[in-house]
Amino acid sequence: MEACNCIEPQWPADELLMKYQYISDFFIALAYFSIPLELIYFVKKSAVFPYRWVLVQFGAFIVLCGATHLINLWTFTTHSRTVAVVMTTAKILTAVVSCATALMLVHIIPDLLSVKTREVFLKNKAAELDREMGLIRTQEETGRHVRMLTHEIRSTLDRHTILKTTLVELGRTLSLEECALWMPTRTGLELQLSYTLHHQNPVGFTVPIQLPMINQVFSTNRAVKISPSSPVARLRPSGKYMPGEVVAVRVPLLHLSNFQINDWPELSTKRYALMVLMLPSDSARQWHVHELELVEVVADQVAVALSHAAILEESMRARDLLMQQNVALDLARREAETAVRARNDFLAVMNHEMRTPMHAIIALSSLLQETELTPEQRLMVETILKSSNLLAALINDVLDLSKLEDGSLQLDMGTFNLHALFREVLNLIKPIASVKKLSITLSLSSDLPEYAIGDEKRLMQVLLNVVGNAVKFSKEGSISITAFVAKSEYLRDPRAPEFFPVPSDNHFYLRIQVKDTGLGINPQDIPKLFTKFAQSQPLTTKNSSGGGLGLAICKRFVNLMEGQIWIESEGLGKGSTAFFIVKLGIPGHSNESRLPFVPKVPGNHMPTNFSGLKIVVMDDNSVGRMVTKGLLMHLGCDVLAVGSADECVRVVTPEHKVVFLDASVPGADTCEVAVRLHEKFSKRLDRPFIVALTGNTDRMVKENCSRVGMDGVVLKPISVDKMRSVLSELLEHGFLAESQ
Amino acid sequence: MEIVGQLQKQYVDFINSLFREGYLDDQYVQLQKLQDDSNPEFVVEVVSIFFEDSEKLLNDLASSLQQQVVDFKKVDGYVHQFKGSSSSVGAQRVKNACVAFRNFCDEKNLDGCSRFLNLVKQEFYLVKNKLETLLRLEQQILQAGGTVPLIE
Repeated sequence: MEACNCIEPQWPADELLMKYQYISDFFIALAYFSIPLELIYFVKKSAVFPYRWVLVQFGAFIVLCGATHLINLWTFTTHSRTVAVVMTTAKILTAVVSCATALMLVHIIPDLLSVKTREVFLKNKAAELDREMGLIRTQEETGRHVRMLTHEIRSTLDRHTILKTTLVELGRTLSLEECALWMPTRTGLELQLSYTLHHQNPVGFTVPIQLPMINQVFSTNRAVKISPSSPVARLRPSGKYMPGEVVAVRVPLLHLSNFQINDWPELSTKRYALMVLMLPSDSARQWHVHELELVEVVADQVAVALSHAAILEESMRARDLLMQQNVALDLARREAETAVRARNDFLAVMNHEMRTPMHAIIALSSLLQETELTPEQRLMVETILKSSNLLAALINDVLDLSKLEDGSLQLDMGTFNLHALFREVLNLIKPIASVKKLSITLSLSSDLPEYAIGDEKRLMQVLLNVVGNAVKFSKEGSISITAFVAKSEYLRDPRAPEFFPVPSDNHFYLRIQVKDTGLGINPQDIPKLFTKFAQSQPLTTKNSSGGGLGLAICKRFVNLMEGQIWIESEGLGKGSTAFFIVKLGIPGHSNESRLPFVPKVPGNHMPTNFSGLKIVVMDDNSVGRMVTKGLLMHLGCDVLAVGSADECVRVVTPEHKVVFLDASVPGADTCEVAVRLHEKFSKRLDRPFIVALTGNTDRMVKENCSRVGMDGVVLKPISVDKMRSVLSELLEHGFLAESQ
Repeated sequence: MEIVGQLQKQYVDFINSLFREGYLDDQYVQLQKLQDDSNPEFVVEVVSIFFEDSEKLLNDLASSLQQQVVDFKKVDGYVHQFKGSSSSVGAQRVKNACVAFRNFCDEKNLDGCSRFLNLVKQEFYLVKNKLETLLRLEQQILQAGGTVPLIE
């Protein structure tokens, strides 16, 4: 054998085996070459792959392995040394890279594994979050339901609607099988089933309120789970396999008075209703916390809505009541008005009808008086005249009575002769009495004052009425009139216990008794005597009726005079006595302030007190001015003294009542002042009296003075008395009759 | 109270003499009547004003009568004033003198006027004297604790 560079295989190659090896190697090489390609392709595709370096290494390893196997292809046949060298190099390289890769993989694989772990972890987390989100969504939806429910409940003020809506909405939101409301009865001892959702059970079913379970629910404002077998929950027809859970919650029933400003009525309410909610049976549902919260919230809202509805109901009812009352009052008012109008019309007509004949009587009687008459006739005519005047006064008083009732009548106070009044009454009554053959006696006590202050006309009317009645109702016998000043012991009458008169210095109480021996009065009828138009039965005989206005008017007048009037009688046929007490003033003692320029008292004495009377004195002589001023001030006047005509005209105001012009200023000045004063005060009322003081007795002066409109002339020197009489005459008459 | 009684008697005598002699007339009594608690110094005040006024008037009279051309109207005016004030006080003689004076003024008798001016002046000072004495007496009585007797 020759030594060749070829390397020959050890054993002769089996041709088939060789072929298969050849093909396998080829495919291996192919695979080895394509793997990196794939890797590169896919890595390029993915954006993130942190291990590029590893990939490169792995790629290199694979490529070299492929190369090795590829070169191996040539070694099956005889191959040159170059091939062997290349083969060897490839093998060496491959060995290096593979070792390097192996070493690298040790580092890499745990990392890759942990990535996997993290992935699993994240997936778990995502699942959990999903679950939670589901829960939140459920809650949010529940919240929405509550809001909607509340809105529904609060959008109506009708009790029934509120409750019905509550149940419906709750049922829908929570998918309840049954929802019921138990309200306390009027007595508060039982709970009555008032509303249910599905009308499955009769409404009206009651349950006593004192059950421990119910107390438990009422004692807390939370929803409480109760047993499905409790009486309140036993609403469904039995036969279900497994009843769902039941929850009950209290609904406070609030009243108007429970609303304090500061504290929400929690503890003060005592009345509760019970709301029972049942989950569908045969479901595995449980009451969730959020559902319970929903129920509690709803219960509260329902309470508020119910109370609002109650308030509204109350106010509506009150308003209706008020309207009714209003209508009734309006009607009553109109009726009253009509009645008053009717009465006034009647009175007016009656008045007129009565006045016309009265007028005729009075006119003709007074005409008759003017003619030639015998004394007897004259007396008769006078009596007729007086009676008709009285009657005219009575007619006036019919109108007065209505005024009396309004309280608008006032007495005409004046000084009059008391004794004369009695005499006049006697004179008026005597003719009639003598016709009936009744004797009349008048006895006035000695301490009765001659003059008194009061309403003369009306006192006479009362007296006449009473005496007239006495005469009217007596067929025979006598009538006695007694008058005296009432002392305290006589003032208190058992019949008039409320009457506590207090005599004083300015007043006295006149007590008059009119006793007759007439028909008498039934004691039962006495109270009716003084009422208007009241008739006492036995007197409807041929006598004119005992009713009428007379005594009623008398009573009112007497009351106005701060007195009392009453009648006593022992019975029918036993006569009767009328008593009345009136309060009269004592003239001269009274302290009416008599302002000198309003002289009401027609007395003979001059007012001596000119206090406050404002006067202006004009005198250019300072001594004279001072003397006149002193004189007037001594009389109590308020004097303003001036020294010139201009000043005089300037200072005079409507408050000043008199202006004294001293005419020692010669000639025209005083007249000029008078003229100017007339100009200044055009209204008569404002202008003070203008009086000239002069020492000149000349007629000319007097004429000049009256020409310019002076109210008087006074001759100097003036004494105190003279000034006094001048002032009083001025103020009483408005001018000086003659120069004083 | 011996002194009071004495003083009072003195007063009464004096004032009666004044009335008798015509120095004062009833008007003075009226003035006295006007004096009361609200006006306790009334008489004194009036009399003082009278004195003042009169002095002035007399001066004016004198000066107006000394003019070259005498304005009788003005003189008459003054005399009229004087008459008024004296009669207000009750100085009777002064008043009478004034009345006569006025006549001369009307006649425009300068001589008569001058003469009467003197007369009036004289009367005035006389009555002034008397009044001062009277008022002094009154004061004494009051100081001694008595009351001034009123003359009717």
